[in-house]
Amino acid sequence: MRDLLAGEIPPTRVRRRRRRLGLPIYVGLVIAYLLVPIAVMILYSFNGSNAHLPTVTFKLQGFTTQWYRTWNKVPGLTPAFYLSLRLAVSSALTAAVLGTLLALALVRYRFRGKGLTEQILFMNIAAPEIVLGAALLGFFITLNLPKGFWTLFIAHVMFSIAYVTVTVRARLIGFDRAIEEAAQDLGATPWVTFRKVTLPLIFPAVLAGALLAFALSIDDFVTSNFVSGTTATFPLWVWGAVKVGIPPQVFVLGTMIFFVGIGFAVANLILRSRKDRAAKAPVR
Amino acid sequence: MAGAGPASLPPTAPAPVRRARRGKKIAPYLLGMPAGLWLVIFFLVPLVTMLSLSLQTCDPLTLACTLTWRWGRFGDVFSAHTTQFARSFTYAGAATVVDLVVSFPLVYWIAFRARRKSVFLMLLLVPFFVSYVIRTILWQFLLSDNGILLGSLKAAHLLPERFHVLDTGFAVVAGLAYSYFPFAALPMYVALERIDRGVIEAAFDLYAHRPTMLRRVVLPLALPGIFAAVLLTFVPASGDYVNATLLGGTGSTMIGNVIQNEFLVFSDYPSASALSAILMGIMLVGNFV
Amino acid sequence: MGHEPIPHVDPALIRGLTEPRYSRRRFLQNAGMAVGGLSLASILAACGTKGIETASNGSGGPNAGLGTPEWWGQQQLHDELRFANWAYYIDTAHGEHPSLVQFTQDTGIEVNYSEAVNDNISFFSKIRPDLQQGNDIGYDLIVSTDNDPPISQMVKLGWGIPLDQSRMTNYYAHSSKQIRDPSFDPGNAFTMGWQSGYTCMAYNSKYIQEPITSLQSLFDPKYAGKIGMMGIASEIGSIGLLAIGKDPVTATPDDWQLAADKLAAQRPMVRSYYDASYLRALKNEDIWITMAWSGDIFYAATYQGYDTLQVVMPEEGVMFWTDYMMIPYTAKNPLDAMTYMDSVFDPQVAAQIADYVGYVCPVPEAQEIIRTELDDPVVADSPTVFPTPAIEAITHHYPSWSDPAVVTGWNETFVPIFEG
Repeated sequence: MRDLLAGEIPPTRVRRRRRRLGLPIYVGLVIAYLLVPIAVMILYSFNGSNAHLPTVTFKLQGFTTQWYRTWNKVPGLTPAFYLSLRLAVSSALTAAVLGTLLALALVRYRFRGKGLTEQILFMNIAAPEIVLGAALLGFFITLNLPKGFWTLFIAHVMFSIAYVTVTVRARLIGFDRAIEEAAQDLGATPWVTFRKVTLPLIFPAVLAGALLAFALSIDDFVTSNFVSGTTATFPLWVWGAVKVGIPPQVFVLGTMIFFVGIGFAVANLILRSRKDRAAKAPVR
Repeated sequence: MAGAGPASLPPTAPAPVRRARRGKKIAPYLLGMPAGLWLVIFFLVPLVTMLSLSLQTCDPLTLACTLTWRWGRFGDVFSAHTTQFARSFTYAGAATVVDLVVSFPLVYWIAFRARRKSVFLMLLLVPFFVSYVIRTILWQFLLSDNGILLGSLKAAHLLPERFHVLDTGFAVVAGLAYSYFPFAALPMYVALERIDRGVIEAAFDLYAHRPTMLRRVVLPLALPGIFAAVLLTFVPASGDYVNATLLGGTGSTMIGNVIQNEFLVFSDYPSASALSAILMGIMLVGNFV
Repeated sequence: MGHEPIPHVDPALIRGLTEPRYSRRRFLQNAGMAVGGLSLASILAACGTKGIETASNGSGGPNAGLGTPEWWGQQQLHDELRFANWAYYIDTAHGEHPSLVQFTQDTGIEVNYSEAVNDNISFFSKIRPDLQQGNDIGYDLIVSTDNDPPISQMVKLGWGIPLDQSRMTNYYAHSSKQIRDPSFDPGNAFTMGWQSGYTCMAYNSKYIQEPITSLQSLFDPKYAGKIGMMGIASEIGSIGLLAIGKDPVTATPDDWQLAADKLAAQRPMVRSYYDASYLRALKNEDIWITMAWSGDIFYAATYQGYDTLQVVMPEEGVMFWTDYMMIPYTAKNPLDAMTYMDSVFDPQVAAQIADYVGYVCPVPEAQEIIRTELDDPVVADSPTVFPTPAIEAITHHYPSWSDPAVVTGWNETFVPIFEG
């Protein structure tokens, strides 16, 4: 037993000070490693090329913004990109609504089949995407549904619901119902309470869930590959093009998606911190 | 455990309350119905259809399929591809271990030391705003024999001329580890964040050294997070085929490649469904064991 | 979090180990549901399969009644054509396709051109379910190569519209004998050739100084780790057969096994089994010697600056394949497709396309046009665009894929080599 009263500094304290530096450096390295491919992508989206049919190559041939100017000039790529956007927005919105409703049901009520629902959600998140895609394809084939935008939409909503539910549920669990009860004491009907009190307070979580669904959808490859038939989404188009050489516009679009994503994430951060501050203030 | 309804009041309760209670009873079903239906119709039923397809026999030309209850197919298909199954689990396992080991110090730091946690979490997630396919292509680009990375090292004579990372199992594992990194990091972060700081303080007060504290306090408390991380990384990684296609070479085919080929190239729906069912079955069993 | 019900055991450990918990009761519940679901699905499947069955010989097939002269007489031009093709397989300049623009100007038909085909078999498996059900696949004209089973399977299944022979004037006047009357489509009832090509070899002379003349170089340990092969069953099997001196058309299943053994022995030396992506690997210098398609190498060396890439027509032989155009029976604009198909055999148009694409041109007269009017002697004199008798002597063809047993046997022999 060390004699702390004698003023000795235990060795653990000294070690702690030195380790203070080691960990942050490690964190910095890991984050840098995560960002390296992105940096490369942004770099090469400005890389010039003299080739007749420009594709991405290693040689750095001079700075150019021409790919940004001609971002929508690659045949087939732009329609695929727009399709992915439409698909992502529609499936994210749908999944957000469905997932939020489900989260409300799971958190606030006890009902028969609740445990089963939890199991199903867990299985949905944990299942390998290839199984999801393959099963859906078999299902669509058996029902002879033509594959295209709607089968993609169905698939994307299917795998997004669980993520939205989990996100919103986490927020609902920490939700103080006293506010709702106060609103009802003041004469609000349940619907008005939901609309004016609950919804604004859980909105950041719903938004986060919707953003997650959006990212999952615009990014999705495996499931989409199975159920898209001949329709091309952005990742599917890139996959096909990579065999012969991708045009630099792919990197341009990737960079654009990246910065839009960052914009959303930053906005979400700001929104959440503001709401948190507002939520913390009145309730004592 | 099956959901019990709200406690029943004596029959002399006034009517409005009973009506409200009935409303309350069906409310969860109404709320959960749309999502529940979607999941049942487009998730559960397809899984069962997949099982059913596995038991059918299809004519290779016309693809007319009849249900023949051919249970032997599972055995046939598994023994024909044991190598790929084993390889997939090995690669996925390696990638999971790498992810856990690399991310633990990172999330520990964010959970316990960082001032602006959200910012760092965002930095962690930011690379994953770029399409999965593009990210993997970028690694293919980066790891190319004479590309930016290896090319410069070879030019500086730090590496032998014939050295290559691409088209090996290492590249596939590295790609898998990179792709599924947030799935490992986030659950662990959540678990670590929930740990009561008081417990750690108490450990230090009891003269625990840091390694001891980590081993006997933090790690056990983070175990649920670690389990979730393993599950969310290992399972998707074992079914992955994008990394194996773009980064792998001879002898790196994973079971995902086989399933994809059987479905999308050979149109051998029964075999493909059987393989998917086996993969799903192994995951379920592993999960509940 | 501060209680300890059981001494010496961490509560957190118990928590971690016990969630999620799968109790016997839940298992029985789920098992019951699974059985119920399985029966439901089998009912579904039984209902579904009746619809999937189609007649497999010409008469009464899905295209019955289509493509007769009366039927063609009733067709109207819709001024729209949806065309699916391989990448880099038509002339391109500044993001446009000049021959298509010219066609639109001449006929008023708008062409929606899509480079959707990366691989014959996967493209076929994408359109197959819809064709099976009689749905529109999104294309009025598709292209598929005769080195893989799909084109002969589609003809056999009755999925093509019989062509209007009266509108094939350019075709019969100008096309080369090589692409006429294929074995799977006698008399060009359903298909017309697009371009042809060779599966041969390529190497990078930057790393390999000695001249390569034989397929055996692909099996040379000197290049171990830098060898590329194609992960396409029809291609790798045929090259394997040529390497052991057998002709793919006359080879027996025993020969296939011998070829497969040689290919299996080669595996440790092969860097990877590619599809069309072998070109990327070759350009990036990941591989130095590989199986290749003739036009790819010609194009990369001539127009993309990869001048160290050399094409090799090995002494054991080369495989000759042709891409065929076909109108699927669910096409919405068959007359527009028909019009386009024949227009391609006008020597001027053929010259324009072949000059760019670098594959074997189906119209011999285009050679002079390319040499003089387009002023491109490099292409005109290239043996991979206009084959010489020397090459024709070593040209081999693929086995007929009409028999499903042949397809299955071939796949079972050769697929494990690259899928293993």
